[in-house]
Amino acid sequence: MKSVSPAIRGWLSFAIGAVIAYLVGMGLVFLASGSWTYLHLVPVLFATFGSVTAYSWGASGYSPITKGFVWLDLGSLIGFALGLGIDLLVQGTLDWVAPTASLFALLFGFTAFFLGVAGFNAASKGLIWQIIGTLLAAIFVSVIRAAMGLTWSGPFLFSEPAWVLGGFMGVLFFLGGSGAVDDWFKWARGIDTPEHHEEHYSGWEKYLHISYDHKVIGIQYTVTALFLISVGGLFALIFRTELAASQLQFLTLDMKLFGQNGPQLYNSFMSLHGMIMIVSILLGMAGITNFVVPLLLGAQDMAFPRLNSFAFWISVPASVLLLMSLVLGGFDTGWTGYPPLSARAPVGMQMFFLGVFTAGWSSILGALNNIVTVVRMRSKGMTAFRMPIFVWAAIATSIIALTATQFIGLAFQMVMFQRLFGMGFFDPAKGGNPVLFQHLFWFYSHPAVYVFILPGLGVISELLPVFARKPLFGYRWIAMSSLAIALVGFLVWAHHMFASGMNEYLRVPFMYSTLLVAIPTGVKFFSWVATLWKGKIWAPTPMLFVLGGIVVFLLGGLTGPPNATVSTDLHLTDTYFIVGHFHDTIFGGFVFPFFAAIYYWFPKATGRRMNETLGKIHFWLMTPAFFVLTFGMMRIGLLGMRRRIVDYDPALNFDYTHLVMTVGGFLIAISVLIFIYNFFNSIKNGEKAEGNIWNSRSPEWQVPSPMPTHNYDQLFEVVGEPYDYGLPGGSKYVEFIAPAKSKHP
Amino acid sequence: MGHFLVVGILVIVVAVLTYFGLDAVGLMPVQASAQSVSIDWLWNWEIIAISFLFSLIVVPMIYSLIVFRRKKGETGDGEHIEGNTPLEIGWTVVPLLIVLVFAYMGAYSLGDIRRADPDALVINVKAQQWVWTFEYPEYGIISKELHLPLNQQVVLKMQSTDVIHSFWVPEFRIKQDVVPGRVTEYRITPTLIGDYKVRCAELCGSSHYSMESPVIVDSQADYDAWITAQSAIAAEAAKTPEGQGQLLTVRNGCIGCHSVDGARMTGPTWFGLYGENVELADGSTVVADDAYLAESILNPQAKEVAGFAPTVMPPFALSETEIANIVAYLKTLK
Repeated sequence: MKSVSPAIRGWLSFAIGAVIAYLVGMGLVFLASGSWTYLHLVPVLFATFGSVTAYSWGASGYSPITKGFVWLDLGSLIGFALGLGIDLLVQGTLDWVAPTASLFALLFGFTAFFLGVAGFNAASKGLIWQIIGTLLAAIFVSVIRAAMGLTWSGPFLFSEPAWVLGGFMGVLFFLGGSGAVDDWFKWARGIDTPEHHEEHYSGWEKYLHISYDHKVIGIQYTVTALFLISVGGLFALIFRTELAASQLQFLTLDMKLFGQNGPQLYNSFMSLHGMIMIVSILLGMAGITNFVVPLLLGAQDMAFPRLNSFAFWISVPASVLLLMSLVLGGFDTGWTGYPPLSARAPVGMQMFFLGVFTAGWSSILGALNNIVTVVRMRSKGMTAFRMPIFVWAAIATSIIALTATQFIGLAFQMVMFQRLFGMGFFDPAKGGNPVLFQHLFWFYSHPAVYVFILPGLGVISELLPVFARKPLFGYRWIAMSSLAIALVGFLVWAHHMFASGMNEYLRVPFMYSTLLVAIPTGVKFFSWVATLWKGKIWAPTPMLFVLGGIVVFLLGGLTGPPNATVSTDLHLTDTYFIVGHFHDTIFGGFVFPFFAAIYYWFPKATGRRMNETLGKIHFWLMTPAFFVLTFGMMRIGLLGMRRRIVDYDPALNFDYTHLVMTVGGFLIAISVLIFIYNFFNSIKNGEKAEGNIWNSRSPEWQVPSPMPTHNYDQLFEVVGEPYDYGLPGGSKYVEFIAPAKSKHP
Repeated sequence: MGHFLVVGILVIVVAVLTYFGLDAVGLMPVQASAQSVSIDWLWNWEIIAISFLFSLIVVPMIYSLIVFRRKKGETGDGEHIEGNTPLEIGWTVVPLLIVLVFAYMGAYSLGDIRRADPDALVINVKAQQWVWTFEYPEYGIISKELHLPLNQQVVLKMQSTDVIHSFWVPEFRIKQDVVPGRVTEYRITPTLIGDYKVRCAELCGSSHYSMESPVIVDSQADYDAWITAQSAIAAEAAKTPEGQGQLLTVRNGCIGCHSVDGARMTGPTWFGLYGENVELADGSTVVADDAYLAESILNPQAKEVAGFAPTVMPPFALSETEIANIVAYLKTLK
């Protein structure tokens, strides 16, 4: 077997593992139900986990990762058995699809994975403490309720108030247990702490521990985002498969999982697809910003390294809460969570609110850190209009995130309190107003879409000159357009509510303000085209994604104004047209630039580059598939396809389009799998790339890759324009001056 | 200038082809209301603008990628052009003007579709999870279908008893949310005879997807005939307890979730239900007698039927007579 390559051994094991695990799963179903079913969830789940574990084992032997997967499988099984037992004790019936069993499987599986990979580390310790904290607080509330003579148990094991306090305490326990707040407590007791912890850990292990290095945190963010993108994408594939034909196929009224029937499960998957993708976008862009901004500024780190670490680690328990919402009965409101529907949804709704609330902290604190870093830590000579353009985008984004995120947290918190304490904020029976929620919600959630796209547009502006070999056309206009979009973005929220029954006369001013967004966005497009004009364009993988991003974002941008003019919007709103429009803006503004940024800066983090051929396959598979998907969405949306429905009227003749869209969705998933394989494989086996492989003027490429722990050994001074490509005789953007001072105070 | 000329011609050609291509595909459903004409007029101008702007960006981009690409062995940079302020001002001001024109057209179109006819026919609409009920107050008719007379403006006064719903008939173009605690208004003038459907467009819970009801635009004569027939049916039904019960199941929206022909819907079917054994979620069985049915209306969560989502049905506070009438009606469903 020595002559067989690890990859082939891996795939062989993958196939064998999948078959064996599938058969085992079928056997268990037979034992439990007494009949052979081939298409059952249990064997499919077994095959999925079994094959991944077997692949890892075949490719790398009993490595830490393999160990992690083995522990994940065992942990899930143990958790499932434990949950089943508890459920049996409390409910008195053996229910194989009980939410309790699934919940314990989820939590134990996660924790066991990190334990298996590297023993006790920040992630595994945090998760263990999160479970302990959740259960302790929930039991605490249950005991009090029992003592007061109230019901303490429910179909989800605990009552709703117990779960809410449990979920909240779980987050706090996670932060305490993981060590993300250790230094602050030490300072309070008068103990000094060193700046850099990660030096104790070698190689990849530092990513599982608390680190204050912005580059480590950037990668932690990015990998977490990739994980969440995979989860959110998986949810999308599940419901896209159901939509491939009219009528209910597998999400039927008779099926039951996590305490939900098929249509309820569809709503939960669809809602979580939205919110998990949003969180992954926030984390993904935080990852790029964290890694790149200090390097572009010539800073040694972010302004507040501990706050930076805290902002990352709080997003982990937030993600766990979001996933918990699926198994705790789910929720059927979409990511928007409009009351009164969200005031009636199952317990999962509360976990969703708590998860978003917590993830919001991450966003706010990250933004604060970013602004201070840019204001205070630029290199000598880096005036506002000599900053790399990405920094401008990061600043505009941070201003929105810092000032608007509170509103979604507040709106969700009000519904949470309405459910817990009977406060009728949005309950008309108590004098509340359901439309008020929509105002509060969109006051954040519209500017939020600019949080999703502005960093991506910054990546496009940053990379375009490098690959066009020309200065960025109209640098100042592009910089100002980001700020203009951020500012106007605050004045347009009610365009989501043209059909909501709000005051009729408000619709016209909001139409005007909304259409104004087109102007700074247009400036960006025209400037990008002018940057390409008469360049010397070359198109390796990062540039392909930049160009793809421009075209896709253009489609998203152009399909926007019909939603802004009120009368056409009354037809378009809440249809699949909106879904198509939104996916265009997010793929163009986030997904394509995010991939471009990863392909581009990957060598800076690892000293190796990702495989070009696989990168190009990724691009050429994903882009056409994506066009098919969103053109299909917009086409049937105009003709009468509503949003957020598990089934559609066969008389509308949408079956064929939906089938094609589903195929497109799966092609996108395959392309992303290729990317993920390329990403992890290139860390070890990629071609060495230690120099300035993109021939960029940017400071981070003037020093060898990977970037050393303390960034620049020599400080630099800005002596020219950032994008002066094509000057005869050449010019410089930065000049290295003196050795950096020690960062250990 | 050569490059600009070629690109300029290509932009116009591609813009024209894009517009006529989109137009030929036929993007919108048929126009079945006076309001849809105004909306489609604005939409058409928007498609023209979209086609032009799309080709204005994409054509020079693709042209640059082909003509200005780095050829094999080349290492140099492109031309050093940092920007052009008049050009930047131009592509800020011109779009601003275009946007203002479109905003004006949007306001004009909105005014047009909201134009009120004082003689408009009023119909009350009740939305609840997951059924539409239509009431013709002048005639005392309650219907699960919406019948509208041709070429007459109609005002729907819409109320919701639970969560937010949204009234949308794609062929009418307009959409309006139905919000609990208030009455919202939907104004439409049907102009094309045909069978359409109102489809709830605001996510309203697990069976949101199935919240669709027939909307039928009739000629004035057919409409009058329908009204007469419905009035007669209502009068006839009011004479017997079974008939009154049936009217109650329409009025209260029961039939949105319970079928009368054995079909699987959100709730258990009523077909052949009376007197049968019902299997409950906790494994026990109960006979569907008068007491069980009354309890299931007043307190639906008391005994939950196996295989159906729990806690979906709200309690209905009906009087004893009303419940007796409904039970009498259920007995007839065999």
